[in-house]
Amino acid sequence: MLTDEKNKTPVRKRDNKGIFLRLSKYVLQQWHLFVPALLFTLLSNQLSLLGPRYSGAALDAIEAVGGVDFPAVWENVIRMIVCYALSAGLSYVLAVIMIRLSQKITYKMRKELFEKLNTLPVGYFDTHHTGDIISHLSYDIDTVNSTLSHDLVQVMTSIYTVVGSLIFMWRISKPMILIFVFTVPVSILFTRYRSKKVRPLFRKRSKKYGELNGYAEEMLSGARSIEAYGRQDVIAERFENRNEDAMNAYYDAEYSAALLFPTINLINNISIAFVAIFGGILYMYSQSGAVAVGSAFFISLGGVAQFVQYSRKFAGPINEFSNILHEFQSAFSAAERVFRVLDEPSEPADVPDARQLSHVDGNVELDGVDFAYVPEKPILKNVNVTAEKGATVAIVGPTGAGKTTIINLLMRFYDPQSGEIRLDGIPALQIRRTDLRKAFTMVLQDTWLFHGTVFENIAYGRENASLDDVKSAARAAHIDTYIESLPDGYDTVLSDDGVNISKGQKQLITIARAFLSDAPMLILDEATSNVDSRTEQQIQSAMSDLMQNRTCFVIAHRLSTVQNADVILVVQDGRITEQGTHEQLLALGGFYSTLYNSQFS
Amino acid sequence: MKRILLYLKPYRLRMLAGFTVKVTGTMAELVLPYILTHILENVILKQNVSEIVFYGVVMIVFSIIACLGNIIANRMAARVTTNFSKAMRRDLFTKTLYLSGADTDRFTVASLESRITTDTYNVHNFIGMMQRMGVRAPILLIGGIALTLVMDRALALVMIATLPIIFVTVYGISRKGVPLYSNVQKSTDSMVRVAREDIQGIRVIKALSKNEHENRRYDKVNRELSDRERHAGTVMSIVNPVMTLLMNTGIAAVVAVAALRVAKEQSSPATVIAFMQYFTLISMAMMSLSRMFVMYTKCAASANRIAEVLDTPERYEVIASNEKANGDHITFSDVCFSYFGKKNDLENISFSVAKGAHLGIIGATGSGKSTVLKLLMRFYEPTQGEIYIDGRPLRSFSREELTNTIGISLQNGFIYADTIEENIRFGRDLPFSAVENAAKIAQAHDFITAIPDGYSHLLSTKGTNLSGGQRQRVLIARALAGDPQILILDDSSSALDYKTDSLLRAALDEHMKNTTVITVAQRVSSVKNCDLILVLDKGKIIGRGTHEELMQTCEEYIEISHSQMGGAFVD
Repeated sequence: MLTDEKNKTPVRKRDNKGIFLRLSKYVLQQWHLFVPALLFTLLSNQLSLLGPRYSGAALDAIEAVGGVDFPAVWENVIRMIVCYALSAGLSYVLAVIMIRLSQKITYKMRKELFEKLNTLPVGYFDTHHTGDIISHLSYDIDTVNSTLSHDLVQVMTSIYTVVGSLIFMWRISKPMILIFVFTVPVSILFTRYRSKKVRPLFRKRSKKYGELNGYAEEMLSGARSIEAYGRQDVIAERFENRNEDAMNAYYDAEYSAALLFPTINLINNISIAFVAIFGGILYMYSQSGAVAVGSAFFISLGGVAQFVQYSRKFAGPINEFSNILHEFQSAFSAAERVFRVLDEPSEPADVPDARQLSHVDGNVELDGVDFAYVPEKPILKNVNVTAEKGATVAIVGPTGAGKTTIINLLMRFYDPQSGEIRLDGIPALQIRRTDLRKAFTMVLQDTWLFHGTVFENIAYGRENASLDDVKSAARAAHIDTYIESLPDGYDTVLSDDGVNISKGQKQLITIARAFLSDAPMLILDEATSNVDSRTEQQIQSAMSDLMQNRTCFVIAHRLSTVQNADVILVVQDGRITEQGTHEQLLALGGFYSTLYNSQFS
Repeated sequence: MKRILLYLKPYRLRMLAGFTVKVTGTMAELVLPYILTHILENVILKQNVSEIVFYGVVMIVFSIIACLGNIIANRMAARVTTNFSKAMRRDLFTKTLYLSGADTDRFTVASLESRITTDTYNVHNFIGMMQRMGVRAPILLIGGIALTLVMDRALALVMIATLPIIFVTVYGISRKGVPLYSNVQKSTDSMVRVAREDIQGIRVIKALSKNEHENRRYDKVNRELSDRERHAGTVMSIVNPVMTLLMNTGIAAVVAVAALRVAKEQSSPATVIAFMQYFTLISMAMMSLSRMFVMYTKCAASANRIAEVLDTPERYEVIASNEKANGDHITFSDVCFSYFGKKNDLENISFSVAKGAHLGIIGATGSGKSTVLKLLMRFYEPTQGEIYIDGRPLRSFSREELTNTIGISLQNGFIYADTIEENIRFGRDLPFSAVENAAKIAQAHDFITAIPDGYSHLLSTKGTNLSGGQRQRVLIARALAGDPQILILDDSSSALDYKTDSLLRAALDEHMKNTTVITVAQRVSSVKNCDLILVLDKGKIIGRGTHEELMQTCEEYIEISHSQMGGAFVD
């Protein structure tokens, strides 16, 4: 329902009703927590509303004609304590239930969102910032959470308190209610008016703060360069300008906001002053007998006391409402962002009768493949490649020519718009995606290590790999001496900031990971770009072993690494312009030979 | 914390004024229940409507005074807070830029960053809150107690008896909550970390079909985070019910005691009404105070982190020296250096370069090439030996003198969000012609003018809208623009194709004849034509001489050279 509406209206108009229904579904799934929570809210509020009533009754008993009516006082005092104790107990239980409820929901939302992410096509991650995706998981879900756990109860409580107080005040003295007919609207209007004025100022404040922090971070990353050029003072001065801006924005927001709460307080105090005046007058006439007991204008001293207490209770939530409304607004937009990811199309499912691969020889064909990431910018045009089982195919060409795109298509991270890719003669679209991908091993330029031990990182590709397996893989990749020099050897935990590990060493670890795989096909995308040339030469023979009997696709920066390939493809501007062995291409005298010869000129 | 509070000193008069206004406002608020009681107790007996109205109006007047007092005081506080944190943040940032390399390493850049951003923000918030609530709460508390004591001592004592219990409970629970919340923070960090790793490694994960494994890995951190949040929340939600209960029990006790006292005609029923209101005010003050305690611990931690940076002693000493130029431009004399004080990262490095000569330094990653440069730039001090420029010890150069002498293009050069022109000029007082000229020598002029807005083209942070080779040329242009006597190129041309690289070398030879050039590289071809090449391995010089000499004598050099034969770069 939500997706339908979204598709129909490209203009981003928020579908509050849809989001509300969808959020309610999460809440209602936990009905065994939600229903008691609702009940406890009402009960605990009712009890706390009764408190002032008994204190008022106690006061009247103290002031009773003919001296203090002790039994009545004791009775009411005990009632007060019982009410408040029960109410406190209930509200604690309620809080615990609500925390449980909201944690169940956030846990579930995070789980759903994360698992959804794993099903999304690679393209999603190529077009969305990592930071944005993460903010859905942390910030957005947190916002929804705090609204569910806090504001939801607050709203229920507030409504009950307002209505309850009003009823009690109505019972005590109908004429005095009139005071609020005047003050409540004033306070609501004022809050709304001020909030509207203040909110953009606060938005500006956060924006300026963000800019200031961004600038500090950027400049700190260049601290060494700034020092090398002795530019500290100039940069500090520029920082100071942004600091000034941010602080002015802060001041403007605070200056404007400083008006809000004291003024609301003023309105409340004025209500109390009116209660004092009218309550005082009515009480005076009630005392003197000018107003008869039972008349609408009759009020006792306890009545006045109760009225004051209820009016304080009554005013609080009313002022809170506009705040809470704002909270709900931001929770809704956060929920909307989360739902939007959940509604993203997943990688299309395998075709119904997709083939399972039991044995793969490794014959790969690309047949008339066209591909574009965005329709107006074609990347590959009519690409034809045949790779025999066990052959090495090298792909060279300038940046942006489409080399990595070929890899993306082979792995089915993307599918071609037209043409076909076949593995052992079977169209790739007919093969189960997991089987197809498992037939490849990849070593990429952007090395990927996760927070875990060296052992776990190397063994990632093969379940149940033994320590010996991992060690021999590390030896083959010439990273074993380095690993053994680490404080905990193979048990050293790798992290972004902890162990001092260079880009080259990271790359060698991912190469070791590849050594553990027995996939029949291998993809090397700039696999040694960060390894220095001596080490590269040292691992060369191990790499040859790795490539033995496998169909290999190699993208390389250095021409020396591609020289021995069975076939070299020169990709320029989305087309294969040259194709052949090293010798054939040199003889051809085209782009490849120019490039190759330029290094000797 | 004390160190940071010094920043408030210039504003003490303004703060005093704000304080006075705030006290006035708060006092006015405190009087309200008193007047209410007065009306109900005394005025009503006089049966005089106009007097009731009069006192009602008095209440309104006091309300207005309270309101104005609060507004004015809050605004004054905002001004003080603004100026305070502006000064503190400025000093912190400037100090950070002047930290020595060793100190920066000790703090780590990430930590310095969060000190400038998060920690200053925490302190700022606390200072603001302290002025707003830190004055109001104690006055409400003390004033409330004082007034009730005046009205009825016995009843006041009943009320006061509950305050310590409230305070201890709230404070105790809050204290307990702080470590629980820092656990939650840690769990959030690991949850985010797993998610980030997954997003970045999505290709590998999909390739290996590890989705299920990753889901399980995430589920573990997700569950832990939920459990910890629930635990912290469950503990913290004791505070409110307990507070409310104690407060209300206090009121009940006051009513009970009042009943006894009224019977003996020691109290009046109207007093009880005032007490109920004062009690609410006082409890609210208690709540603010206990919240401030929690804030204070957080702020004090941040303040100490800031003070730590501000109090780092200046390590850049300039010694006096009598020059003794001996013709050599740069001399390293038996220099040793260690980053962590354990094993030496550079060992007995000695060499000399004549003015206008070219020096090449080659070696694998981690061999100490960049460390040599860092010592020459005085980012770090050698642990042994001495470095000379023009026969003068490096330590006798002032910061300014040194940076004017050297132009450097660093390996991970710093490009920031600004125009190309500004990135080359880098805040120096240079005419446009110098910028343009430098760009021409650095082979950057052509690609810059090919961009529609040329030198005013805006670069993004880290220069992501340039190619690697273009970035390197902008950085070289920056180094050249100041017309330095010493030019350092630290792996600066690795992304340049062979043709551009050789054009650059030729332009340098032509235009920078008197400049001593130090080239640090992994590629033999980049240092091949230098007058002197040093081969570094594990912090030691294992070979020195010209290319031809090294090809005869140095095994490692020969090996490096062979490994790179035919190593053309495609980009």
